[in-house]
Amino acid sequence: MSSVTLNNIVKRFGDFTAVHKTSLEIPEGDFVTLLGPSGCGKTTNLRMIAGLLDPTEGEILIGGRRVNDVPIHKRNLGIVFQNYALFPHKTVAENVAFGLKYRDVPKSEIAGKVQAALDLVQLPNVGDRYPKALSGGQQQRIALARAIVIEPDVLLLDEPLSALDANLREDMRVELKRIQDQIGVTTVFVTHDQSEALAMSDSIVVMSAGRVEQVGTPEDVYNTPASEFVANFLGASNILPARCTGRDAQAAHLDVPLFGDVPIPGDKTGGVQQGPAKLVLRAEKLLVLGEGADTTGLITAPATVETVDYQGQTVRYFVRVGDEQLQAINMIDVHPFAEGAAVSVGFRPRDCAALPG
Amino acid sequence: MGSVGFGWHLIRGWAILVYVFMFLPVAVVVLLSFNASQFGSFPMTGFSFRWFVELWNNDAILRAFRTSIVLGLMTAVISTTLGVLASLALVRYRVPGENVISTLLIAPILVPEVVLAVALLLFLNFLGINKSFALLLFGHVIFTLPFVILVVQARLVSIKRDVEEAAMSLGASPMQTFFQITLPLMLPAVLAGALFAFTISFDDITGTLFWKPGGVETVPTQIFAMLRNSISPEINALGTVMIVMTVGLPLLGVAIARQLAKKSGT
Repeated sequence: MSSVTLNNIVKRFGDFTAVHKTSLEIPEGDFVTLLGPSGCGKTTNLRMIAGLLDPTEGEILIGGRRVNDVPIHKRNLGIVFQNYALFPHKTVAENVAFGLKYRDVPKSEIAGKVQAALDLVQLPNVGDRYPKALSGGQQQRIALARAIVIEPDVLLLDEPLSALDANLREDMRVELKRIQDQIGVTTVFVTHDQSEALAMSDSIVVMSAGRVEQVGTPEDVYNTPASEFVANFLGASNILPARCTGRDAQAAHLDVPLFGDVPIPGDKTGGVQQGPAKLVLRAEKLLVLGEGADTTGLITAPATVETVDYQGQTVRYFVRVGDEQLQAINMIDVHPFAEGAAVSVGFRPRDCAALPG
Repeated sequence: MGSVGFGWHLIRGWAILVYVFMFLPVAVVVLLSFNASQFGSFPMTGFSFRWFVELWNNDAILRAFRTSIVLGLMTAVISTTLGVLASLALVRYRVPGENVISTLLIAPILVPEVVLAVALLLFLNFLGINKSFALLLFGHVIFTLPFVILVVQARLVSIKRDVEEAAMSLGASPMQTFFQITLPLMLPAVLAGALFAFTISFDDITGTLFWKPGGVETVPTQIFAMLRNSISPEINALGTVMIVMTVGLPLLGVAIARQLAKKSGT
């Protein structure tokens, strides 16, 4: 187990800069997710840590040791690929044993270690089958077993769940987290799926266009997005133009058209100063209210329901408030509101965050 | 319905005629090679292995056979080695002028063999190099190489890079990765390429006539020489042996490749 450090890493492909100057500290034993849309540089970063790409500038340290000039096969990493990348001409047991052959593991211990790894991924009886005889989810478990049996310093997961069906993906998510907890290996996980990132990570690195937008715990990045990009990438957010009218000990006061004064708690003000600002309001935190609803502690405004997107357990409304269209995702109370209904919308100030304008 | 059925019958009949036209001569040669008569033509007077025995006792033919097999094997080994290396370079690495190189390597298929044969001969004359077995081998490598490259390249493209990356991440050096992962996965194509090279070399007459040094005969040039004198029934027997080798070997190869592919599941 080792920490991973990126020091001022830059990666260029010809004229294109895939990763702008990036520094990152991944503590020993942590599960860190690189999250972002495709082309944001998350996979490039992972491949540089793996040694599959050379950084153009900067240095990479694994366990405090500079590894820029260490080739991939000497870095002692476990990598799980999106498409499993099992060796089709070798049995499952041979696949899992592959990495042990290149380490000083006595022959007599190999079978035991392979079995332990297969037990850990809960596929103890498939050792003599070929990969093609297994389902996608099973193949990905074997790929994981193959990566961890060598006791890697760092486990790198490159979108390992993307090729699986939705149901299986959620099972594997729990499974993967359980295994990582059990062996405690430092893990770097790359994904474009925000729910995977939120569910599994100790911390999330949100990336966009080759830059790190925010680093924080899942709750941090969800509740206190550091930029408009983060607010929109992790779930749906309404971004409203506002003015900061002043700060006091507890809060920054934003003057939001249609809603009036919104006091944002001190830890969520994003460092806004007097002047233009933006209010970030999550769609799940904007409540659509019928007549006579309890509005204690809410800041409200009258609104009209424009579009209703029924999703069973929840419903997504597009509501018109003045000349703004806002998005609200609410639990359904008996029946959803109908399109065209006159309602009011409301939210609690502490569910909001502020961004500099 | 009736007219559609009639059309299909016509097409089927035509297809059968085409096959008959293609394979009847071959069948006749095979049939006549077992003819007991001392004339290499119909009518058959009895069944006999006589001509195969005579073949076996004919030193010139045996020498030609040895030459052809040595030449074919060497062509196969050299062509396959070069073809695998070229394919690896073209598929796995970024080579400047990749497309030009690729086209040039495939070009010998497109150029008429006579042109290629004369060109190589003139070029070597120009350099003051005499005809030799090495030149003959060189020529055969040139025009079997494209077949090997086409087959191996196609296979290599289908082997995902991440399988090799996985092997390296587990501690295998690039060389170990090649022998443990890449080579086994492309083995069916490598074998197919080698077989192609062997049979094409074994079959070739045009280039061989131009390049062979005096006194050296391959099986096809030997047959050609024998035909100039008379049509001996021995030639039918020789033809049969040739057919068995050039048809049987690739079929065997395909069967082996299928088995390998089935096992590896790709």
